[in-house]
Amino acid sequence: MKPAPFAYRKVRSLDEAVALLGETPDARLLAGGQSLMATLNMRLSAPSLLIDINGLSGLDGIAHKNGQGSGFVEIGALARHVQAERSATIAKLAPLIARAMPLVGHPAIRNRGTLGGSIAFADPAAELPACLLALDGEVDAQGPKGKRTIKAGDYFKGLYETALGPQEILTAIRLPAADSNTRIGFAELARRHGDYAIVGLAASARADGKGLKDVRLAYFGVGNTPLRAEKSEAALAHGDVDGAVAALDLDPHDDIQATGAVKKHLAGVLLRRVAAQLMEQRP
Amino acid sequence: MKITADTPPVLSVLDRPNSYIGRAVPRPNLQRLTQGRGQYISDVTLPRMAHVAYLRSPHAHARIVSIATDAAKKAPGVVAVVTGAELAKVMTPWVGVLTHLKGIKSAPQAPIAVDRACWQGEAVCAVVARTRAQAEDACELIDIVYEELPAVTNPETALDPGTPVIHESLGDNLCFERKLDVGEVDKAFANSDAVVEATFVTGRHTGVCTEGRAVVADWNASEQRMTVYHATQAPHMMQNLFAKHLALSESQVRVLTKDVGGSFGIKVHTYADEMATVALSKLLKRPVKFVADRIESFVTDIHARDHRIKAKIGVTKDGVITAFEIDDLTGIGPYSVYPRTSGIEANQVINLTGGPYNCPNYRAQARVVFQNKNVMCQYRAVGHPIAVAVTEGLVELAAAKIGMDPLEIRRRNLFADDGYPAQTASGLKLEQLSHHEALAHLDAMINYAGLRAEQKALRDKGIYRGIGFASFIEVTNPSAAFYGVGGAKITSQDGATVKLDAQGAITIHSGVTEQGQGAEAVLAQCVASSFGVSMDRVRVVTGDTDNTPYGGGTWASRAAGIGGEAAWQAGKALRGNVLAVAGAMLQAKPEDLDIRNSIVVDKTTGAERLGLDELARVAYFRPDTLPPGFQAELMVTRHYVPRAWPFAFTNGIQASYLEVDTDTGFVKLLRHWCVEDCGTIINPQLVNEQIRGGVVQGIGAALFEQCLYDERGQMLNGNMADYLVPMAVEMPDIDCGHVVSPTADSELGAKGAGEAGTAGAPACIMNAINDALRPLNAQPLTDMPFTPGKILRALGKV
Ligand SMILES: Cc1cc2nc3c(=O)[nH]c(=O)nc-3n(C[C@H](O)[C@H](O)[C@H](O)COP(=O)(O)OP(=O)(O)OC[C@H]3O[C@@H](n4cnc5c(N)ncnc54)[C@H](O)[C@@H]3O)c2cc1C
Repeated sequence: MKPAPFAYRKVRSLDEAVALLGETPDARLLAGGQSLMATLNMRLSAPSLLIDINGLSGLDGIAHKNGQGSGFVEIGALARHVQAERSATIAKLAPLIARAMPLVGHPAIRNRGTLGGSIAFADPAAELPACLLALDGEVDAQGPKGKRTIKAGDYFKGLYETALGPQEILTAIRLPAADSNTRIGFAELARRHGDYAIVGLAASARADGKGLKDVRLAYFGVGNTPLRAEKSEAALAHGDVDGAVAALDLDPHDDIQATGAVKKHLAGVLLRRVAAQLMEQRP
Repeated sequence: MKITADTPPVLSVLDRPNSYIGRAVPRPNLQRLTQGRGQYISDVTLPRMAHVAYLRSPHAHARIVSIATDAAKKAPGVVAVVTGAELAKVMTPWVGVLTHLKGIKSAPQAPIAVDRACWQGEAVCAVVARTRAQAEDACELIDIVYEELPAVTNPETALDPGTPVIHESLGDNLCFERKLDVGEVDKAFANSDAVVEATFVTGRHTGVCTEGRAVVADWNASEQRMTVYHATQAPHMMQNLFAKHLALSESQVRVLTKDVGGSFGIKVHTYADEMATVALSKLLKRPVKFVADRIESFVTDIHARDHRIKAKIGVTKDGVITAFEIDDLTGIGPYSVYPRTSGIEANQVINLTGGPYNCPNYRAQARVVFQNKNVMCQYRAVGHPIAVAVTEGLVELAAAKIGMDPLEIRRRNLFADDGYPAQTASGLKLEQLSHHEALAHLDAMINYAGLRAEQKALRDKGIYRGIGFASFIEVTNPSAAFYGVGGAKITSQDGATVKLDAQGAITIHSGVTEQGQGAEAVLAQCVASSFGVSMDRVRVVTGDTDNTPYGGGTWASRAAGIGGEAAWQAGKALRGNVLAVAGAMLQAKPEDLDIRNSIVVDKTTGAERLGLDELARVAYFRPDTLPPGFQAELMVTRHYVPRAWPFAFTNGIQASYLEVDTDTGFVKLLRHWCVEDCGTIINPQLVNEQIRGGVVQGIGAALFEQCLYDERGQMLNGNMADYLVPMAVEMPDIDCGHVVSPTADSELGAKGAGEAGTAGAPACIMNAINDALRPLNAQPLTDMPFTPGKILRALGKV
């Protein structure tokens, strides 16, 4: 379990990192290393160069920014999971992330792992990508052609595949800030605390009188990417939980922890639990 | 006698004035280990030491057509690239059979596969380099052409005529078979009011040690001597095996264990890659280190427990068990593991099934078959968790069928506490057990009536909780009956040497080994007590074949019961010798003196007569002042082997209280209890830690752990993310209680306690889950581990 030989560069600027990515096509960025180092040590990947971005300054902030509605929460790519877990801004303005955070791995992993790394890696069973999708957030990226912003709905492309180009670096994620009408729900089923979930569900909605609107349900662990359950969202907006469960059109594959049929059943159970959270919450 | 708190038992023959027997004293190695000053094999670094990495077969079964090593040999840092054929010239192959397992057969196994790889993970080529990383890099440059052969993976069809035979020379895929038919089984079933049949499956799993397997071998050509630093449980056994297969004498081999980071039976076997490492050192005339990483551990550390048991129990309507019948089938990989064999586990399943119960009618058959998966062999509580799951699963299913309380059916069938010596239907001889007292103790401890009331109240609210039990017996303190009689050079006796140093402190050298379980604490307690010094005056040395008495090491819960007794006796003998010196110095009768707290005292008054430091000074530096002809003997060795009984059986009962989420199939463990009788308790804290750790491993078997293979023999979850080791958050509080029935075979009276937790926990969890789901008419769950998917299926939800 020793990685194949690789060169290592610690970069001082995003431009330097982008340039290096251009020069060495099989180079990989190194953020918290919590996903990357395992694949290296198991020789599942053997990049010739690791570009360490941990020294870049200004990429680890968590801030409330003005904007549409109650504004945005902007999280720098290098913010560690533990920062998000302890952030008062996130607790108040991105409560879905706050709910998910303690379920991401274990403390040692959260001390090193970064939010940018998690979104860039896009593990289909990971919590944060599903939260990004549920909250209709967006990511900022910087590449050889400059900066751009990608909506969550356009970002997740396939298994470990995102809209980021080979030379692009994710610099921040941005989430609409919660207000008094924001409703969130989160639940996952993992056999041991800290494991990737067998199935998980991140959800957001807006209170609409006694009902809900803008319901967004993002499942994880059931496909190649986090998946919206749009038909169920519509049913839930009408307060029809049974209908929402019946409308679930997920088709999860078997994996080592559960068969597709079990996952599908569990997705329905989670939907009921999350629906109750969305409906019961009061500010 | 019951012990509920950590207090010493009433004064007994063992209670000397400064007795440590029955007390929770800290381990002597605690500070060293907790301050990071332990020395594990991976800490050993020797001059000119090279590292070996093994290239392993990606196929479950394949002919090795060719191995091209040129590129690897030229890679940076590479010292040598060695194939199986080349290493076969240095080391002879071995065959894992024992003569007392009649008919057992296996094929010769080489340190590195020659011509054919028989499981995914078998080493097929070695690269020795300056660093492990360089060795791994060079492994990638080796080009092996394989011709894939059909893999035999399903034990159910392994003996079918159409299934390929893995080792042609053996004729078929049958490794071992045993049949037993005692009493009148058919008649007993015919006369039963109810007969319950079930098929139990115990999942293939492994003991995940904190420290992986590790070895540093150092062939010193100038001395013609091999020194092996080895993370092993049994240094003398390994000394014999290294010597035998390198054609050396045992005196040419020294095995040192250093600290061992957990073993659980994993580190008591001959591993091809460890043997190869030793052979490579001989070949290359330099130290070679091998440390198994996690990935290779999962495909090479022995697996265990992969059994399918069709089982049947008969009962009368008053709950009398009339008969047991089992048919066990197990697939053990392509080789029977050397030298303990892979037949013992199935043999133990036959021996132990029905073990707690006084039922004379028993029929059993076991078939052990070869397959192309990693090898299986003995892991903590060998065979017990399987036999207990079958027995206790059947007992609770039968109780449910006749509408009897699960504790009541046990009361009606457990061997009576006053009926010993007794013998099980399978022929196990039981000296003195305490099933009924243990059960009564447990009943009170868990507040059974209260728990049932709570369970009932919660069911009405749609909350499904279950209470499950498992009575068990455990094999400990094995005599030569276990291995010696079968021709294996595995000693059942053990020894201790105790020495008074020149300042009056004690050093113990013992043949048992420390694996992290606290054996050294127990040895120190025994000697401190029988000799008469405080614990801080005792140092313990274990794990060095050059410097310890010949002994068996640690396995089958023998370290305390056998090694402890030898140490106790050695301490006592040294006390006699020291008092002889004191008598000579004080012109007193030795029998009027005693040693208390490092001071020679007057036995009756306790008056201090002489410090041990002064005694040692005189004995070592001024022996001229002692009476003429008197020779002080301040180093004593004693050995002990159980003789009166083949095994010192222990007994106990466990209970589990858990909640099943019937929507998700998830199980939440609420509480676990174990009442156990290991005879004299030398150190209650260590006993309880053994019980708790064992229970956790048993919970792993019941709910989490399984080595998953596909039908082509590929292990699917050989990493710490996908193979679920039980972790702290999911574990319940585990309460321990004790009953004490000392064995009369030793003065100490201690039996073993290392495996009881593991033996009973899986059955207990299974029974609790089935108890929880009974009102929902779920199919009884008997196929471990009980994953959410299996529970949902039993509930008809998927
Ligand atoms: C035992 C264990 C358990 C875990 N459990 C969970 C869990 O339950 N849930 C969960 O979500 N995660 C879990 N993780 C993963 C953890 O959250 C990782 O931290 C995260 O997935 C990746 O973040 P990182 O900063 O460590 O990224 P790295 O490992 O450094 O990088 C991961 C990948 O992303 C790329 N990358 C990193 N940063 C950027 C960037 N800014 N722009 C573009 N590409 C980038 C890297 O090149 C690499 O390919 C677990 C990890 C471990 C070791």
